[in-house]
Amino acid sequence: MKSLSSREREAAPTNQSAPGPLYADRVKVYPKRISGTWRRVKWAILVACLSVYYGGAWLRWDRGPGAPDQALLIDMSGPRAYFFDIEIWPQEVYYITGLLVLAAVGLFFVTSLFGRVWCGYACPQTVWTDLFMLVERWIQGDRSARIRLDKASWGVRKIALKGATHAAWLLIAAATGGAWVLYFDDAPTVVREFFRGESTTGVYFFVGLFTATTYVLAGWAREQVCTYMCPWPRFQAAMLDEHSAAVTYRAWRGEQRGPIRKGVAPAPGTGDCIDCKACVYVCPTGIDIRDGLQIQCIGCGLCIDACNEIMGKVDRAPNLIAWTSVAYEAERAQGRPGRYRFVRPRTILYAALLAVVATVMVVALALRTTVEVNVLRDRMPQFVLLADGSVRNGYTVKILNKERRAASFRIEATGFAGLVLRPAQGEAQNGALTVQAKPDSVETVPLFLKAPRAASGPASRGVTFRVLDAQGRLVARRDTVFIGPAR
Amino acid sequence: MAAEFERDPVTGRSTTGHEWDGIKELNTPLPSWWLYTFYATILFAVVWSVLYPSIPGIDGLLKHTNRQDLVETVKAATEAQAPMVDRIRALSIEEVRKDPQLLAFARTGGRAAFNNNCAACHQTGGAGARGFPNLADDEWIWGGTLADIEQTIRYGIRGEHDKSRLSMMPRFGADGMLSPAQIDDVVEHVLALSRQPHDAARAARGAPLFVEQCAACHQNDGSGNRELGAPALNDQIWLYGGTRAAIRDSVFAARAGAMPHWEGRLDEATIKMLTLYVHGLGGGK
Repeated sequence: MKSLSSREREAAPTNQSAPGPLYADRVKVYPKRISGTWRRVKWAILVACLSVYYGGAWLRWDRGPGAPDQALLIDMSGPRAYFFDIEIWPQEVYYITGLLVLAAVGLFFVTSLFGRVWCGYACPQTVWTDLFMLVERWIQGDRSARIRLDKASWGVRKIALKGATHAAWLLIAAATGGAWVLYFDDAPTVVREFFRGESTTGVYFFVGLFTATTYVLAGWAREQVCTYMCPWPRFQAAMLDEHSAAVTYRAWRGEQRGPIRKGVAPAPGTGDCIDCKACVYVCPTGIDIRDGLQIQCIGCGLCIDACNEIMGKVDRAPNLIAWTSVAYEAERAQGRPGRYRFVRPRTILYAALLAVVATVMVVALALRTTVEVNVLRDRMPQFVLLADGSVRNGYTVKILNKERRAASFRIEATGFAGLVLRPAQGEAQNGALTVQAKPDSVETVPLFLKAPRAASGPASRGVTFRVLDAQGRLVARRDTVFIGPAR
Repeated sequence: MAAEFERDPVTGRSTTGHEWDGIKELNTPLPSWWLYTFYATILFAVVWSVLYPSIPGIDGLLKHTNRQDLVETVKAATEAQAPMVDRIRALSIEEVRKDPQLLAFARTGGRAAFNNNCAACHQTGGAGARGFPNLADDEWIWGGTLADIEQTIRYGIRGEHDKSRLSMMPRFGADGMLSPAQIDDVVEHVLALSRQPHDAARAARGAPLFVEQCAACHQNDGSGNRELGAPALNDQIWLYGGTRAAIRDSVFAARAGAMPHWEGRLDEATIKMLTLYVHGLGGGK
């Protein structure tokens, strides 16, 4: 695309510039330092997110003896996942699915209300890129200093500054990769073993992997990730409508742009935008917000801060760039007072979905049993004929005691007359079997059911195992079958 | 080569000079990162084929083979199990049975050994088949105690080992010891012993014959004799089938199923583990 001359650009309406080329070489972005409301919000969220990430694994949570005391832990060899008081067994991994569904719907909901706040404030790519830029700015200086440094020929100073930057980045990246593995084993132990060289290859591999990805994505790829790699900008528009808030340049107020000169009155028809490009200089993805809504905009609002600073200096009303909706601005452009609509079919739907999923999750968590029972029929042999002519079937009852204390359970079998239960070892008491289940483990109980051949019927009959706790309450009932010879 | 290729006005790149239906191909070289990654994979392949066996007949510098991996894995597993196996070898079967940890280990090891060596005849889980005893039921021809089972596994049945258990049923029909009519009478009596439908008159005629010819081993009431390996005939379990025809075949030509001995082929610990596994299948006495 041939670049528009400044005259043409002024004449062209915003947001309707000709479509760009399919491929463009990367133009390095040098975001300028800025302070303001949205920058402060961004710092606060950055600090909060990073604190949770780097510090989360160090939270302790007393679960009693024999259990890990880490509040957040995914114990692969355990195998258990611990989240404060909640303990997830491998077969309950659907809670994680529920959490992901919750996160997705939550993201849709927030996006329909406030646009791309996730992209601009909470996305890990944004947070770490922001952190890396902060370090870069500390070492190499602000925008113009960095541009000058990049243009300068290589010398001691440039090598020192660039080297220090990359060293600091690598250090942060290593801390990021290191913090990741802390969530999979006892954090202090992991750190000790890591520096003594006693960790497993897996640990070193994952620390290396996450160090490399953090360094490359936040140090080098940056806005390329948002523009080219991330799918979210491509389909987030499906969650937006004309009432969703987005970082918007108020073209009706800004155009025509014109520089201001001391003592010269602005030409008639000139808008508030003085074309100072402050909004472009601070943008972390290097775009011009005045081109209108665009895929590259991550909605961080730094251009709002930049523009407000300038508007203050030239004594014009703030918020030429603002979080606002298309519908609101359309009203304002026609001179009518704008109106924000937060309650819309779309937001009601997302909120309702969010409520439903959250309720399901809470109810599922609340009704979670601490005991689970599985009954497996022995497949080989299917049945055994005994000397007295009766038929015997073997079963394995598995009792999952998820509590942190031992418990006693009673297993009974019912189905048809003549059915006799016998444990694989020892004798049954009153036709039932009492088992002691160790804390936080699976108790495997092999047992046999015997029935006279006549009673067992021609092929298979239903039987039911009932498991009762020490107080005699029914914990679980499992239906299975009793198989006999066909003839 | 044409001297000058056209430049594309939109991208500013030169074209390759190729044109199809008015569409011109831009001269866009591969990105250098892509190219260098490609070169790296070629280099990797060369290094790999030098170090590892990749050409038939050439071992590669590292002399690596999957078989060696397997040998080492098996060796490591054997070493890891050695302490438990050594304890099982040192203790008596009864002592192993009293130690829950050892017992669990022995049962698991016994199952593996059973599936490797015994399941071909006795089926997985000891389910048995016609002529091959079911090891999960409560009928034991040679006894179902730990000691009995161990002896059977160690020395076999009607096998080549000196201590192998031997017993031979006479071939009453084939050798002309009983007439066909007498055999039919004995068969009816055996059916009566196991409470199956039978001809009462013939069974009555067969009873004295049974006492005379069969009871020495199978006992008067048909309850068998485990010392001699004579199966019980008064229960519902039949190794070769309990029908009239199957019983007649047994009386006429006799049965003599054989089992090989495992002493010398399986080590002591494995035999003990097998014994405990078979005993735990559900019929152990």
